[in-house]
Amino acid sequence: MKNEWPLYEVFIRSKNGLEHRHVGSLHASDAEMAIENARDVYTRRQEGVSIWVVPSSEITASNPENFGELFEPAEDKVYRHPTFYDLPHELKHI
Amino acid sequence: MEHSIEYLEKQFQDRIDRGENIEAKDWMPEKYRKTHIRQISQHAHSEIVGMLPEGNWISRAPSLRRKVALLAKVQDEAGHGLYLYSAAETLGISRDELFHQLHTGKAKYSSIFNYPAVSWADMGAIGWLVDGAAIINQVMLTRTSYGPYARAMVRICKEESFHQRQGYEIMITLCNGTEEQKEMAQDALNRWWWPSLMMFGPTDAESTHTEQSMKWKIKRKTNDELRQQFIDITIPQAEFLGLTVPDPDLKWNEERGHYDFGEIDWTEFWQVVKGYGPCNKERLKARNKAWDEGAWVREAALAYAEKQSAKKIISKAV
Repeated sequence: MKNEWPLYEVFIRSKNGLEHRHVGSLHASDAEMAIENARDVYTRRQEGVSIWVVPSSEITASNPENFGELFEPAEDKVYRHPTFYDLPHELKHI
Repeated sequence: MEHSIEYLEKQFQDRIDRGENIEAKDWMPEKYRKTHIRQISQHAHSEIVGMLPEGNWISRAPSLRRKVALLAKVQDEAGHGLYLYSAAETLGISRDELFHQLHTGKAKYSSIFNYPAVSWADMGAIGWLVDGAAIINQVMLTRTSYGPYARAMVRICKEESFHQRQGYEIMITLCNGTEEQKEMAQDALNRWWWPSLMMFGPTDAESTHTEQSMKWKIKRKTNDELRQQFIDITIPQAEFLGLTVPDPDLKWNEERGHYDFGEIDWTEFWQVVKGYGPCNKERLKARNKAWDEGAWVREAALAYAEKQSAKKIISKAV
């Protein structure tokens, strides 16, 4: 239906030092209203110190069908983890 | 590579059985999608319609303390409705369509909100019993298989506990008050007890959705299990208040380790579900009125936003 307000994705930083985190979405007529609505909907109990809103239509997401080609190559690269390397137990601080 | 539906459904069920969550863009059986749209939107509508019986009491609250608490509770319910509508929209249905289904009576909401809240004690009983019953259901749903629904439930459960506690505090105050105040509390319990038990839905034998919902881990417990859990938790709370639960058949069953309880009036339940409860018409009328009378605000805000964005484009071009 054509009169629906656009959808925004909402990201909240819970305190300085932490990243913004996706919390959900809401409808608003523009970005300014989206911030005001996000304040009321997602931070009624001091859950945030900063809000990002992004029009949902602007988000490009990977497709779950491409899981294999995107993420499987990392599966057999155990040598990227520190535990792959055999070092004597008596060795410290390494 | 194209897979057959049977293959995809098998893979889907395997994922559920392994305890994986399903996310919005994942392949899912059409029935899983539809069941979720129905259930999440019913839940959202219940939050929104649920504001009506309580909203009526905000201006009549007996003290400022009670007033700010009730106001905050009703505002939470608006928020909970919004979390849930957003979760439903991830399944590809629009907000306008969801509202349309509510306003035309096509979608259901919890029948409990078709009962009137006639005295201040009802604010106590609703918080204690109705929110108490809702919490039991919602705690289960924090582990539901659909990710966006489960996450909305976690947020809701964190906020809901105060709703029940403020309700019970109202009941304690009334029960420690004058004889008349205690009678008000008893009267509210008498009227809200059975409808609260009905909130868990038909018995397992009658419930059409339960089996599939359990298989897909939409539900993790059956209606009867949840209802029993609610009764077992609530009876000691009623005893603490010195109130009598209006069920002559209610008694502790040592062997089962649960309370036995009397027959629920399912005729009444189905009457209310089908639209013939005391307040069905009034609730839908109030929702439609709010929606229709807000139309000009929605249109004006959109027109303003379009004008502002056009101005920005022009100023950039110049």
